[in-house]
Amino acid sequence: MAKLASAFVSRLVIIIPYAWLLFFFLIPFFIVFRISLSQTAVAMPPYMPVFDLAGGLSGIAQKLREFSLDNYVWLTEDALYFNAYVSSVVIAAISTFLTLLIGYPIAYGMAKAPRSLRPTLLMMVILPFWTSFLIRVYAWIAILKPEGLLNQFLSTLGLIDQPLIILNTNWAIYIGIVYSYLPFMVLPIYSALEKMDLSLTEAAQDLGCTPAAAFWRVTFPLSLPGVVAGCLLVFIPAVGEFVIPDLLGGSETLMIGKTLWSEFNSNRDWPVSSAVAIILLMILVIPIVYFQNIQAKADGEGR
Amino acid sequence: MEKWSRFNIASVVLGFGFLYLPIVLLVIFSFNESKLVTVWAGFSTKWYGQLWQNQSLLDAAWVTIRVALLSATCATVLGTMAALALVRYTRFRGRVLFSGMVYAPLVMPEVITGLSLLLLFVAIGFDRGFWTITLAHITFTMCFVAVVVQSRLLSFDQSIEEAALDLGATPVRTFFAITLPVIAPAVFSGWILAFTLSLDDLVIASFTTGPGATTLPMKIYSQVRLGVTPEINAICTILIGVVALGVIVASIVTRRREAQREKDERAAFAAIG
Repeated sequence: MAKLASAFVSRLVIIIPYAWLLFFFLIPFFIVFRISLSQTAVAMPPYMPVFDLAGGLSGIAQKLREFSLDNYVWLTEDALYFNAYVSSVVIAAISTFLTLLIGYPIAYGMAKAPRSLRPTLLMMVILPFWTSFLIRVYAWIAILKPEGLLNQFLSTLGLIDQPLIILNTNWAIYIGIVYSYLPFMVLPIYSALEKMDLSLTEAAQDLGCTPAAAFWRVTFPLSLPGVVAGCLLVFIPAVGEFVIPDLLGGSETLMIGKTLWSEFNSNRDWPVSSAVAIILLMILVIPIVYFQNIQAKADGEGR
Repeated sequence: MEKWSRFNIASVVLGFGFLYLPIVLLVIFSFNESKLVTVWAGFSTKWYGQLWQNQSLLDAAWVTIRVALLSATCATVLGTMAALALVRYTRFRGRVLFSGMVYAPLVMPEVITGLSLLLLFVAIGFDRGFWTITLAHITFTMCFVAVVVQSRLLSFDQSIEEAALDLGATPVRTFFAITLPVIAPAVFSGWILAFTLSLDDLVIASFTTGPGATTLPMKIYSQVRLGVTPEINAICTILIGVVALGVIVASIVTRRREAQREKDERAAFAAIG
């Protein structure tokens, strides 16, 4: 009996977080989906009869008939939304590539650092991640402004006559994303490189590879799992990013996270913002599932 | 091992410069005498003094700290359970869905998480405010805790646990006597991570809040939209200082405990051998 009870208690370890995530993570998506199919007038805040089963079966049938794809039709008809999706994906892809370009040498340098120095370097990469995202994005406004610190610095050096216009352009968004997500790129690449057997590169060089060839043919392919994980960790959240385009991008910058936010907060159109969220999720579902598989595989290897 | 080349050193130094320079500049200009945050006009701490006069700011800070303390604690319990479930139970019904739900929030765009939680709270008729922000924060931070604790559990020598079970300890007792002390540093850093994530969050809090519950990031955001001021720099500097101090203390404690643990293990093995 005691054994049975304790088996039940250990089962709770699964049941409690499982139930929590089902209720607060999975079910909400169905609600979003349900509302995205409803008419604007019906679903106006603050009240929506989502779990209204009082009408019984005929009530449910009635509800089903009320479902409409109007919001999705509306989204496809308005070029604004389509452009916002496309430009979010493009901006996120460019930023991810830039983050990789900057992050890889940092991770590589860290992995090559003397062993005693590595924990400190690792902590220094993680530390900015703990400081507020909002603050780090905010810090760039003062730097990138036309009269900001970067332009002051460059004109003191005599490199520019006219201030560079960076704030409120896509370049500011790239800088913001690269800066904010850099640790997410560096950490997985670093851990892939650190685990690597260094004798492999040495062997390649002994067999006549130039250092560059040894890097591209041995080191880089072996670090690829880290590169892929890093790119996904940057790309997926960047597509739906709100704070960076809102604070650093200009008014004409189109990103879907910003569109969703303003649709929700300014226009108070819940069904349309739900539809925007559902389409965004459909775009991201493939990279997200891919990311989950990588994570699950990494657990399997760690065992 | 190849030597640490000049190129390696340069990329690390430049990379860290890029990571830290903006934060350093922000901190420096919080001590600026002038109202302009880009022109240095002498040292002053007057912006810090003004913060204490700003009652709505202090209220927001208090709400934020309460949300962060409560949500980090709950998230740590739930996240540790989730990590145990993932590592110790390799097969149970719906495990794939479960691990998916643990990993997805790590990359899910915040606007989606925020919107979906808000619609859930509206659907069940839950009054929005302090509690809804807390519930939302528990949900997304517990997954970060789970990943941190999970990586520690994976490198854990399970034979100690099995020994305890063989000797007749119940699983619950084994967990508190054996497992928890070993994974404690990871659980602790999970808590710190959850706490700072909650402290920072703007988007999810903005979606799930209601009347009367304004958090510090929401306050900062609404002021930032009006322009950059040294007062915001001052709040940000305080936040950075608190978090940096917490993280550094946490990592020193963790490292010391790890070293102690290794020493103990070596002593134990020496005693057996």
